[in-house]
Amino acid sequence: MKSKNTHAEKNNKKSTSRRNFLKKGLLAGAGTVLGAGVVGSFDAFAEGGDSIKVLGPDGKILTVDKSHLKEIGARTEAQMQTEGRTGIPGRRWIKVIDLGKCRNARMCVAACQHAHQLKPEQYHVNVLRMDREGETAPFFMPKPCQHCDDPPCTKVCPVDATFKRQDGLVLIDNERCIGCRFCIAACPYSARIFNWTEPRDAEKYKDVEYDVELNVPQKKGTVSKCLFSADLLREEKMPYCVTACPNGVYWFGDENENAVTNGTTKETVNFKKLLKDNAAYVLLPELGTKPRVYYLPEKNRLFPYKYNGSTELKKEHNS
Amino acid sequence: MSEVIHKDNKKSLSKIVDDLTKPLKRHYGFTPWILFLTAIMALGIWAYIIQIRDGLGVTAMRDYVSWGLYIASFIFFIATALIGMLISAVLGLIGIKWITPIARIAEMIAIGFAMWAGLIIIFDMGRPDRVLNIFLHGRIQSPIVWDITVVTTYVAISLILYLLPLIPDIPFLKKTMTDQPKWKQKIYAVLSFGFKGHTEQYKLIKRLTRIMAILIIPVALAIHTVTSWLFALTLRVGWDSTIFGPYYVTGAFVTGGAAVLIAMFIFSRDFRLKEYITDFHFDKMGKLLVLLMLVYLYFNINEYLVPAYKMKTLDEHHLFGLFTGKFALMFWTVQLGGLIIPIILMLFKKMRRPTPSLIIGIAVVTGAFFKRYLITIPTLLHPHLPIQNVPAEFSTYWPTAFEWSITMMAVAGAVLIITILAKLFPIMPIWEIAHEEGITNEEINKFVEEKNN
Repeated sequence: MKSKNTHAEKNNKKSTSRRNFLKKGLLAGAGTVLGAGVVGSFDAFAEGGDSIKVLGPDGKILTVDKSHLKEIGARTEAQMQTEGRTGIPGRRWIKVIDLGKCRNARMCVAACQHAHQLKPEQYHVNVLRMDREGETAPFFMPKPCQHCDDPPCTKVCPVDATFKRQDGLVLIDNERCIGCRFCIAACPYSARIFNWTEPRDAEKYKDVEYDVELNVPQKKGTVSKCLFSADLLREEKMPYCVTACPNGVYWFGDENENAVTNGTTKETVNFKKLLKDNAAYVLLPELGTKPRVYYLPEKNRLFPYKYNGSTELKKEHNS
Repeated sequence: MSEVIHKDNKKSLSKIVDDLTKPLKRHYGFTPWILFLTAIMALGIWAYIIQIRDGLGVTAMRDYVSWGLYIASFIFFIATALIGMLISAVLGLIGIKWITPIARIAEMIAIGFAMWAGLIIIFDMGRPDRVLNIFLHGRIQSPIVWDITVVTTYVAISLILYLLPLIPDIPFLKKTMTDQPKWKQKIYAVLSFGFKGHTEQYKLIKRLTRIMAILIIPVALAIHTVTSWLFALTLRVGWDSTIFGPYYVTGAFVTGGAAVLIAMFIFSRDFRLKEYITDFHFDKMGKLLVLLMLVYLYFNINEYLVPAYKMKTLDEHHLFGLFTGKFALMFWTVQLGGLIIPIILMLFKKMRRPTPSLIIGIAVVTGAFFKRYLITIPTLLHPHLPIQNVPAEFSTYWPTAFEWSITMMAVAGAVLIITILAKLFPIMPIWEIAHEEGITNEEINKFVEEKNN
């Protein structure tokens, strides 16, 4: 019984009183056996006798009365906040980016901007044209948030609006962000963006309930950033950028399982072996941020690139 | 060497009181001045309303240059405010006598600028409506929380340091300002705190002032060191520096010292107090400023020459932008016109006379303002990873009219606070000047009584 939580389903904003009530009563997760005193919005309360087998929190199969089960609908904002701040138990998300494969298709960028209500010049993931020193050839480098294990950005936040979760992700709560932009100044990867004006399609997203794991709706005057698509991870799906890539650039997985899956080919490989065999590295390791994004060097690239030589975005609208 | 001021030409108490309270009643030019400041502030308020409505997009700041004129002004305001501590605390505690007529002016500058520094931070916030989150969800690990703590503490201690030595002046005001509106007299009544002129009371005020003067030293050092840490604690080229604390503190003294020179000139002329703020005071203050500027120059050499000798790749981009690139004109104007030339000029006694002091003071303060601009903006244009796939406006920055209007509102606001304080209370401690003239407490008490009858 997995909570479904897409945009459309969340579009009906609940009334405040109901939300407050749910905050108090219904913080229980999926498959929780409810105690006698808890009153909630479950359907099968009246029915008795039918028993059902469920997977308990300790991994054992439990037989419980059907009437004790709670129907899980769309998660409430309070639930999303609580779960969104703690993360997904037992996971340590990790991303590997194969620079040899990137051809600047920018499908990851498009998928990301679509999912996160971003304008064309706003990037959670940006593909940069990199030039190293000397005679080396240029290459393209997708640059998401590095989800550092020692994040300089969360350190400086005065209100705990941006935070590090147990599962390795760094998220931003735009319901709490005061817009001081200290985290933007602190991030050496320029991974953070700010909503200087009203976000894209602000009117359309007006009544959507805020999901901290998707950071939608975006809010004017707050910071936004890559979230490794924490909303999809909760549904055990891979991030938007990873599955959108046509060239097999992205590998994504769980460090605890020591496995990463390619977003394009769906091939799953040994994470540490992949790093070892391909001489993986991290960005700016000398800064001590301990990134959770690894890069495989830009060897065996597919030439030539389809590339117009410009790294400047033409102004498409007035912001 | 002990300095005895006005030795040859002793002033009577009635003259001192008269000279120092007259400006509080004389109002020519006052209304246009207040209207002028109010007009600037009204424009700023209008700009801020638009900024609230449309978002910080009305500024020139974008995702790379995400701190701009507001933050640069914030450092400038904090810097200017720091002079209160140097003059009334440090110099006062080591017994320097010539500061008596200047100390209160320095304290007024400190209050005006420190208060508006706090407000500028609010102007810079994307969500000023959530300012209370700092108290609801404050994280002690964040330098912003440290900054807010020390700024408010500094404002509070500065206010106390302003009000405490004011108490013995209140009896003079009560007696001489009888023709003034009721609300003014009420303020005087409240602020006298029951002062009767007993020797014990004088002792108590001196002791409390001393305690506050000692307290303000670590707080003032903290306020500007923490402000420098907002930058130095990041991993950015140009900010990632270990000397930022003392670099900022010494720079602050230069700014504040020059601001005091300007204020001394304006007050001595406009308030007709040339007998109290004499060439002697300008000379002393000029010498102090030279010393402060030399120390600041030393830190500048360290801050720019050390990385320039090594020329690490990113430092190279940053420094060439300053030395020969698009910030070169501003950089050299500020360093030469706002620091090196003023040092050379002020070494000469002639240049420490009032009028040259005013001009040099203005040059130093203007230079100091743009120095803060040069500390804040160029660094943000040189991130570790390239700026790409964004509109051209993202990789440049020059403040918009909105930013200038809001910044000018802050400047006008600080000047307004100073103006109001100068119009409500004497800008020098009457009682301390009287003491320096050899007038005893008994004589003061007698004088106050006499006037009463």
